[in-house]
Amino acid sequence: MGTAQILFWSLTALALISAIMVLVSKNPVYSVLWLIVVFFAISGHYILLNAQFLAIVNLIVYAGAIMVLFLFVIMLMNLNTETEPQKSIWMKFFGVVAGGLLLSFFISFVISSADLKGKSAQLKEGEIGLIKTLGKALFNDYVIPFEIASILFLSAMVGAVVIGKKD
Amino acid sequence: MPIQYYIAFAATLFCIGVVGVLTRRNAIIVFMCIELMLNAVNLLLVAFSKMHHAAALAGGGKNVTTGVEGQLFVFFIMVVAAAEVSVGLAIIVMMYRNVHSVDVNFLNRLKN
Amino acid sequence: MSKLVYLVPLFPLLGFLINGLFRKSLSKGLIGVIGSGAILASFIVSLVLFFDVKSAGAALPVEPLFTFINTASFKIDFAFQVDQLSSLFLLIITGVGFLIHLYSTAYMHEETEAHFGRYFAYLNLFVFSMLLLVLGANYVIMFIGWEGVGLCSYLLIGYWFKNSEYNYAATKAFVMNRIGDLGFLLAIFWLLSKLGAVSFVEVFTHLDKLTPGDITAITVLLFVGAMGKSAQIPLYTWLPDAMAGPTPVSALIHAATMVTAGIYMVARSNALYSLSEVAQHLVTIIGLATALFSATIALRQNDIKKVLAYSTVSQLGYMFIGLGVGAYTGAVFHVMTHAFFKALLFLGAGSVIHAMHHEQDIRKMGGLRKYLPTTHWTFLAGCIAIAGIPPLSGFFSKDEILAAAYAKNPVYWGLGVAGAALTAFYMFRLYATTFLGNFRGTHEQEHHLHESPAAMTWPLIILAVLSIIAGFVGVPEVLGGGHMLRSFLAPVLVTEHHPEIEHSTEYMLMGVSVALAAIAIIIAINKFSKKPQLEEPAGFGKVLADKWYVDELYDAIIVKPLNAFAGFLKNVVEKSGIDGIVNGVGRFVQYSARQLRLLQSGQVGSYILFMVLSMVVFFLVYWNQAMITHFFQKIF
Repeated sequence: MGTAQILFWSLTALALISAIMVLVSKNPVYSVLWLIVVFFAISGHYILLNAQFLAIVNLIVYAGAIMVLFLFVIMLMNLNTETEPQKSIWMKFFGVVAGGLLLSFFISFVISSADLKGKSAQLKEGEIGLIKTLGKALFNDYVIPFEIASILFLSAMVGAVVIGKKD
Repeated sequence: MPIQYYIAFAATLFCIGVVGVLTRRNAIIVFMCIELMLNAVNLLLVAFSKMHHAAALAGGGKNVTTGVEGQLFVFFIMVVAAAEVSVGLAIIVMMYRNVHSVDVNFLNRLKN
Repeated sequence: MSKLVYLVPLFPLLGFLINGLFRKSLSKGLIGVIGSGAILASFIVSLVLFFDVKSAGAALPVEPLFTFINTASFKIDFAFQVDQLSSLFLLIITGVGFLIHLYSTAYMHEETEAHFGRYFAYLNLFVFSMLLLVLGANYVIMFIGWEGVGLCSYLLIGYWFKNSEYNYAATKAFVMNRIGDLGFLLAIFWLLSKLGAVSFVEVFTHLDKLTPGDITAITVLLFVGAMGKSAQIPLYTWLPDAMAGPTPVSALIHAATMVTAGIYMVARSNALYSLSEVAQHLVTIIGLATALFSATIALRQNDIKKVLAYSTVSQLGYMFIGLGVGAYTGAVFHVMTHAFFKALLFLGAGSVIHAMHHEQDIRKMGGLRKYLPTTHWTFLAGCIAIAGIPPLSGFFSKDEILAAAYAKNPVYWGLGVAGAALTAFYMFRLYATTFLGNFRGTHEQEHHLHESPAAMTWPLIILAVLSIIAGFVGVPEVLGGGHMLRSFLAPVLVTEHHPEIEHSTEYMLMGVSVALAAIAIIIAINKFSKKPQLEEPAGFGKVLADKWYVDELYDAIIVKPLNAFAGFLKNVVEKSGIDGIVNGVGRFVQYSARQLRLLQSGQVGSYILFMVLSMVVFFLVYWNQAMITHFFQKIF
């Protein structure tokens, strides 16, 4: 087992455990912190896949901006374990069963699929994840979607201000 | 790395997100679980992009950019997710201001 | 000349349409002219057709006017058949019908224009239906006319629709007829299913394809139809009640149309009947029973029209005896002579009623001979004719039937002669009570007594002459005649049974029946001309006066249980059964909707749960579709 495999499995384990911790934490602040750990692990996976640009963007946008926003909101509302609403035990049970069934279907599909036999993702090498390659593609072929995305951001910003404004 | 591992990993992450949406009542946690599901999909897209790229390289040829679209798609998903989070959090804040709760069960106006 | 055939029913139909549609704007005179003229035109065409047939000695070719019903397995044409039998009936229907129309123009003159028009429209429709019945070249066309006649009798019996009792009589006639019609209809279906054909020509040439059982069933069912239409036991009770209609209508129903339909149908189907012993015996016995039974009822009736009505039922019984013993010519002959003298008697009774201002009870009449001479003499001619005194027409026709009955079984003859004696007795009881003795009505009535107008007396005179001379077309061999009617009808009535009776026996039979009739007449005149039966009948007489309580019997064994059953269906099956199911469905939908509504909780969490669960189900189905398909294939 090479370094890549060790890294893959450890990052996977970290991501899954952290994701479960997001769910089971009673305190929303802990949930946010565990989610940040999940995002770091996923960024690690991106690096492993040599998708450097996405790894960085993921860290900046998700782990940085979005999660800080979440944290701000939670602290603003002063949410903690005591105020956390709890679902009934039956709803929790059915939710877990439904999710588990869905997962078992996905896994059985992955195991039984003939199309996926022998396919593998390229690790550590390959140049498409580099900023240079992505930047060329983004500003040549995808320049219009890129610009539209900026308009989307503007409208989202205006929307957030309008919604959040005290009236 | 065999692609099945990535798919299984992403599916597990996705299902954890689903279970979170189903079992938690706090609107913010539900929102976070949705982000978790988005990230599972992002990871899968990148894995597929690298898979296609590897297949294209194995088929011969230099300077191939097969798979770059997948990663650009992930980029756009992140863009949209960021916008979504800003609007969504604004909605949650407003909801909290009005009803002093972030309980999704409190919002059952759809019933009528 | 067969091209003219369609004109015969067309004229009355046109008369019906014109009088029916424009009855409010036409004057009474015009309505009468149109109504009577239509029938007269038909009569003239019928005469032409009759002489065509007579000179050709064969039926005119059947020409379909159009295809009535066309299916894969059979085809029914709308076709008319004019042969010896139907042309004779055409003459009777249109001839007697015309006289009755003419009579009606005077008799119904008190009605308002609209009702007068309605009356003539119905009359014309009646004649049209009867012509359709007689002309039809297959059982289906015959059935159309058959139903039309039933409908018109309903309309005309209930002509004075403001009287609920008359409406009841009309409904009774209609329902009784419907019972018989069902038998006829079933017979048609039977023929269709076995032969795939209903036209007379085809049926009678393919009789070998039918088993004896089929033939018996078909003939009995046809006879059930005839029972209803021709008022035989047990479906006869409507005919006396049909007296509710205006008197000319009674004459039309009893003489020219309607009741002769059953005779015509059986005579037309003689080829079928001759193959079934059972049906022939049935026809004979029913005819005999009806003839005697209704004659006894007629003995104690006091309504002038009721007596005549029961005498019609009785005479129809004789015709069925003739049909049953195979004397088809005799039956048709009796239809003809009966049409003349019964029309005469009814129109005469109408003349009496007209003079008496709608008084029908003979106990309040008497001595009318002085006031109504024409009516009196013609009525007397009718009475002698029906009593069977030679040489008037009734003698020849009735004697032919009785001779045939004797050849079959002397008991039939004995009962028939007894009935004939009863006929003579009650007819002369009626005659003596009405026309002889002293007037028993009020002075005012006496003051207004007057002979009827010419439009009423001329038909009486014509019919009286016909009643007297009509018998000579069928003078039997034994009296030195050639029996023209028999040789004329022979091509149609192929299965006619000619009784071989010695001449001496036949003289004896005639002598006995004439002597009995004469004795009955003398007794009746002696008994009732001086001292009429004015008191209420008691004992056995009361049973007869109350018609053997048959109406009450039917009411008790059929009407009441049916009503009770209908009440049970309405109150129990309808209320708790049908309504229960309907309400149950409604309640179930409401209940399940209330339960299903709980699913829409408005909580996003539960919606998402359903979404995930349905995804699970979707994947389950998607990956197991081969297995599921296999499973369903196994089930279905």
